[in-house]
Amino acid sequence: MSRAEGDKVSEGGAGDRQEEVRQIYDPVADTPQRYRREPAEAQPPLDYPPYKSTQLRHPKQPLVYLPHTVTEITGPQLAATVGMAGTDSDLTVQHRGEPIGERIIVSGHVYDTEGKPLPDTLVEVWQANAAGRYAHKWDRWAAPLDPNFTGAGRCLTDADGRYQFTTIRPGPYPWGNHYNAWRPAHIHFSLLGRAFAQRLVTQMYFPDDPFFPYDPIFNSVADEKARERMISTFNIHETRPNWAQAFNWDVYLRGPASTPFEESFE
Amino acid sequence: MIFEVTPSQTVGPYFAIGMPYEGGNLIVPAGTRDAVTITGTIHDGRGDIVPDHLIEFWQPDGEGHFADIHGYGEQSTLEGFRGFGRWGVEDGDGAYEMVTVKPGQVPGPGGRLQAPHIDVTLFARGMLHRVVTRIYFADESDVNASDSVLTTVPAARRQTLLAQPTDAGYRFDIHLQGPAETVFFDI
Repeated sequence: MSRAEGDKVSEGGAGDRQEEVRQIYDPVADTPQRYRREPAEAQPPLDYPPYKSTQLRHPKQPLVYLPHTVTEITGPQLAATVGMAGTDSDLTVQHRGEPIGERIIVSGHVYDTEGKPLPDTLVEVWQANAAGRYAHKWDRWAAPLDPNFTGAGRCLTDADGRYQFTTIRPGPYPWGNHYNAWRPAHIHFSLLGRAFAQRLVTQMYFPDDPFFPYDPIFNSVADEKARERMISTFNIHETRPNWAQAFNWDVYLRGPASTPFEESFE
Repeated sequence: MIFEVTPSQTVGPYFAIGMPYEGGNLIVPAGTRDAVTITGTIHDGRGDIVPDHLIEFWQPDGEGHFADIHGYGEQSTLEGFRGFGRWGVEDGDGAYEMVTVKPGQVPGPGGRLQAPHIDVTLFARGMLHRVVTRIYFADESDVNASDSVLTTVPAARRQTLLAQPTDAGYRFDIHLQGPAETVFFDI
């Protein structure tokens, strides 16, 4: 199946309609020409004093407005580039033995802000092990490494924009930001989207984490509703009996600009 | 219905356990004719090198053709051209290195050709979302002078966006703060 056909299958209904839609596929008409500009409050600020490392790493000059041109509305095809292996989306089978911890299935969809699923896009994850330790040479805190857990995975969304990982529930861990600082348990997510303008790196949290009120990274997002969009939900229906718990988390990347006035270029 | 975006969070200090992949910095295959190496360092507000950064390039080939996931526009026919590069290492000396070809010109606002440029995304610990900049080329002063994006940048700051020629290709350093602070874009 060509890439163009794959795009359309994701939007189509039953078989006949898919055939019809494939014939009118148009890479110009089907590529958003401009993306929605996000309100400032939708994202955390780069200058956020409670998170101390932002101090020397945030630009102080005003950002310069960039119109969305062909460079910003296009994006890479990474399926071949990253050479996906079958075990890449199951972080519990990448070593000789099984990792220690609570086995979980994390799944969801990648949509744009119009609710359109984004197919064939790269989703990458990395995380600490069940004890809250990363398999990284600079993570030196006194929790055990797990020889059977690296904590990295990747997959492509399917035609419906869906992704799924099997992994171990990560533990919370201390860090040096302030006295008695702990990060809520989280899985790092990297999303390429389908355009340079959609690129996102974020963190998925777990419901009811007791560290939420104390974490400056989580609370750097000022709006409570926006913070909730980073928290997964427990899903008993997708839990596999005698095997794994299930958490759902959908990701929304910027969608097409909806009005011509949104992006006038002067 | 319009949904709200998922907020960004920092890439943190440990992305290198998951983000690198084989040949990630090869935007073109090694040995490609006219390949250049673009290298540089990232500096914080004290001028210190930021070694734990993750940097990505997105660009067209020398003809101005992308290898686009949508199939938008004329597609690159350069053998093995990815258009995308990523650099982020567990324990590097702080300099990134991308192997690529100099991009060609692509249309901009009003259909006018833009000066050759590469879109750059930079992530790091201490940054709650990405910053975006563009690499232009110091040896393209004629087209740079009339570029519809570059000319919107305050004149005194434009040189922060110019990659300087070297023996192997180009050098492009990024300063997050300070007198040489790089221009970052509101995308």
